[in-house]
Amino acid sequence: MRGFYGEVILDHYRFPRNRGKIARADFHAEEENDFCGDMVEVSGIVKKGKIKEIKFRGKGCVISQAAASLLTCYAAKKSAAQIKKMGAEDMQKLLGINLSLTRLKCAELSLVTLKKALALKK
Amino acid sequence: MKKGQYINLKREFRIFRRRINGKPLIYLDSAATSQKPEQVIRAVSDFYAKHNANVHRGVYQLAEEATAMYEGVRKKVAEFIGAELPEEIIFTRGTTESINLVAYTWGEANIKRGDNIVATIMEHHSNFIPWQELCKRKNAQLRLAPITREGKLDVKKFYELIDRKTKLVAITHASNVLGTINPIANIARNLRIKNNKLRILVDGAQAVSHMPINVGKLGCDFYPFSGHKMLGPTGVGVLYAKKDILEKMPPFLFGGNMIRRVSTTARTAWNDVPWKFEAGTASIAQVIGLGAAINYLQKIGMRRIAEHDHSITSYVLNKMKDIRGIEIYGPRTAQDRVGVIAFNIKGIHPHDLATLLDKEGIAVRAGHHCAMPLHREALGTEASVRISLYIYNSEEDVDIFIKALEKICAAFTEKLY
Repeated sequence: MRGFYGEVILDHYRFPRNRGKIARADFHAEEENDFCGDMVEVSGIVKKGKIKEIKFRGKGCVISQAAASLLTCYAAKKSAAQIKKMGAEDMQKLLGINLSLTRLKCAELSLVTLKKALALKK
Repeated sequence: MKKGQYINLKREFRIFRRRINGKPLIYLDSAATSQKPEQVIRAVSDFYAKHNANVHRGVYQLAEEATAMYEGVRKKVAEFIGAELPEEIIFTRGTTESINLVAYTWGEANIKRGDNIVATIMEHHSNFIPWQELCKRKNAQLRLAPITREGKLDVKKFYELIDRKTKLVAITHASNVLGTINPIANIARNLRIKNNKLRILVDGAQAVSHMPINVGKLGCDFYPFSGHKMLGPTGVGVLYAKKDILEKMPPFLFGGNMIRRVSTTARTAWNDVPWKFEAGTASIAQVIGLGAAINYLQKIGMRRIAEHDHSITSYVLNKMKDIRGIEIYGPRTAQDRVGVIAFNIKGIHPHDLATLLDKEGIAVRAGHHCAMPLHREALGTEASVRISLYIYNSEEDVDIFIKALEKICAAFTEKLY
């Protein structure tokens, strides 16, 4: 299994970074993958047009949760415009593996959630 | 065949020569679609190579051949499921279309405001949403019977839902998640006693490939099923319905073949059943392929297939129950069960399990298997892993699957952390 999912993914799954919820967040959203019920919730603070702080909570498969953790690390100090430009390809790059179409949905869940949150930003 | 003995037909399915991630393919997703034997693939390609013409049209030899072959399969299907007449067999694209056909024709004509339709929580979306939508259109009520803790139909509660306003009972013959076989003949008898006017539709998608079917003995009015789950090609399905019901049903799709006479001034006259329900060019090659699939199944014998199913299901259930943290949905034993087994392992997401099994060359399904209400409202889970076995699966396949499962569990619970 290690061979397939890789150390980085398993490490982020086991020790998720930026886990939690920001109480007075500038942006917040929650999304579910209807196909399997996986869930990701993101919240964060924006300062001077950049993401200053970001946290996530969720439940689901290794890919969806590790991807969320990796994305929160990546998104810090990025602008909403930079996040908006990201796609499934970028999530695969963060994870460092090629995914099948179905599993790509797992990887994209946190990105979709974050984009939605930024669009809804107060 | 004695119990514990298996049919082994892998050689006749070319797909098993494939390697997946460097391993021989172990295909455990036959409830989604079965693999196709050489005989079926050849029948389809032979049709295109030697007999291809449209049916019911031309007067030339090829067209006559194609028509005879196509209508020959109708007769074969009728015999295969014990229908009295070939006209009671309508070719569709699959189970879903067959059920929609009933909903849009019989349903539109017969369901009135205040009526109710009774289904069960174990239905596939295709035997659920058409009725949900029909009830919405008609201001009728859709009632769902629950299941017991063991994943069987709660028969007592099911009968309580039936009253004189019940116009239709839509029930699966075998659950595509729980594997549960519903005792249809018995249920149909009791339903008729409670209300002799209601119609019974039995979703045969998961049952027809696993056991001998006799629609007369089952006592149902409609029996839809698909060709592709019973070794046949995709794109062909069947709706069985009693002739007197079909004759009173309005047409479904309009166009070529389904008419007797068309004029710009007078009312169009419909063709006789079953052609009234087969508008447009049918899936001719696929129907021919379905005929070859039935030949293949009959050569083995449906009784023997049912015994194989029982033996292999028993074998795998026995091995699975010892896996730590496993929760198996549906009946605990192979009694009244087809070889469809959904399960979860504590702490491992179904998608991860399916991906990791795939790395071992093992194809399983993960998700809600088109039965969201069953998962969320009855099983209390979002998703599950499902294995489904068929005639080409051996004890060896099961052993490889169990070994892989144990390896993944160990990686998740011990080595990984």
